[in-house]
Amino acid sequence: MGQSLKAQGRPLASAAEQLRILSTPNGFPPFERTMAEANLFPLHATGITVLQINVGKLCNQTCAHCHVDAGPDRKEIMSRETAELCIRALAQTDIPVVDITGGAPELNPHFRWLVGQARALGRHVIDRCNLTVLLLPSQADLAEFLANHKVEVIASLPYFRAAQTDAQRGLGVFDKSIEALRKLNAFGYGKEGTGLLLNLVYNPVGAFLPPKQEAIEKQFKRELERQFGVVFNRLYTITNMPISRFLEFLLASGNYEGYMQRLANAFNPAAAAAVMCRYTLSVGWDGTLYDCDFNQMLELPLGNGAPQHIRDFDPAKLHTRRIVTANHCYGCTAGAGSSCSGATAKTSP
Amino acid sequence: METYYHPQDLNKFAEMGKGNPELWEKFLAYYNAVFAEGALTEREKALIALAVAHAVQCPYCIDAYTQACLQQGSNLEEMTEAVHVACAIRGGAALVHGVQMRNVAQKLSM
Repeated sequence: MGQSLKAQGRPLASAAEQLRILSTPNGFPPFERTMAEANLFPLHATGITVLQINVGKLCNQTCAHCHVDAGPDRKEIMSRETAELCIRALAQTDIPVVDITGGAPELNPHFRWLVGQARALGRHVIDRCNLTVLLLPSQADLAEFLANHKVEVIASLPYFRAAQTDAQRGLGVFDKSIEALRKLNAFGYGKEGTGLLLNLVYNPVGAFLPPKQEAIEKQFKRELERQFGVVFNRLYTITNMPISRFLEFLLASGNYEGYMQRLANAFNPAAAAAVMCRYTLSVGWDGTLYDCDFNQMLELPLGNGAPQHIRDFDPAKLHTRRIVTANHCYGCTAGAGSSCSGATAKTSP
Repeated sequence: METYYHPQDLNKFAEMGKGNPELWEKFLAYYNAVFAEGALTEREKALIALAVAHAVQCPYCIDAYTQACLQQGSNLEEMTEAVHVACAIRGGAALVHGVQMRNVAQKLSM
């Protein structure tokens, strides 16, 4: 298993270096100008319906495209005190959805406490799961825990074949992912009438945009059921964000300029108007607040006078906050759009 | 080295509309209608286009439809099979003309 960019001492482990590359003119217009031409700049939040909590960068995988630069060598994880602040903030509001991500969020020792508290408050909880974590000896009862708490599982599976999946997520990950999906299916996940949602995430294994969500979902459903007897509810398509390890891949493979131009050429005002940062509040492992998980990894906290830490949570100052944007945001506005819940626009330009 | 083909020229395709916008618009409307989902899916049409691109050996089309196939969710195995279809038809087209060769040879020979 590979090391994180940080452990390797790579320049792109630095958020500042990523932002320097992204802000250098390279054949595409600045994102803010494109947004202004679409009458969407400055962009403002429309409320908070999702509290996305990133509980840390620790992961049992080191995926080639990971925007978090997560891995087994990353030790930054959310403390119990910060998790308590998240629950305290949640209790002050009626935010309906708590979206827990990482790294592998389940490896945070406070993950189950966080899930339990959010469920006790009556909130819908999402676990962004890498699947293989379900097979770790320490997580033998994880599937049962998730099912008992009626947690929605959103699991990464970039393709229905081993070659593509392993190229992105590591050798042997596909076979383990199928085993984990079967385990989730055995608990009722992905099956009609159980109320246990199992949604998959497709993201391209390379420097190209995702297909139409409905089309690739049909393909995934047919192939996973036919080849492996695996069922699931929805497939979400997510565009690879040109940051961190995917940015490293783009630069090393000579695809950076072409990919950025492709994203910018595919700018879709309908997708831009529906970006997830407008209804999401993202909390970092140390409690810092961001507009999204990507801004979090680029160390771009909330700006323009909004509270910057979960301890200072103030819904009134957050609901219509001005969103912090930069050129990486093209990743969410291209084609049918991209968010943690998949495509955001019905049609591409 | 100077070459007639430049990858960046693919992005200039729309400049063909400058000489005759009306014909360009008609072509584009037809082109987009052809590739829209119909009895065949967009993914299937992209695979056909990839095969044809190899048959006509257009580097621009090969570039564009390799990308389109990946973007439509096709994999390298499917795309390779599509190229073999083009290869088989081109090869078969050459070989079947061997019948003409045999006809001529038979006519001329004692």
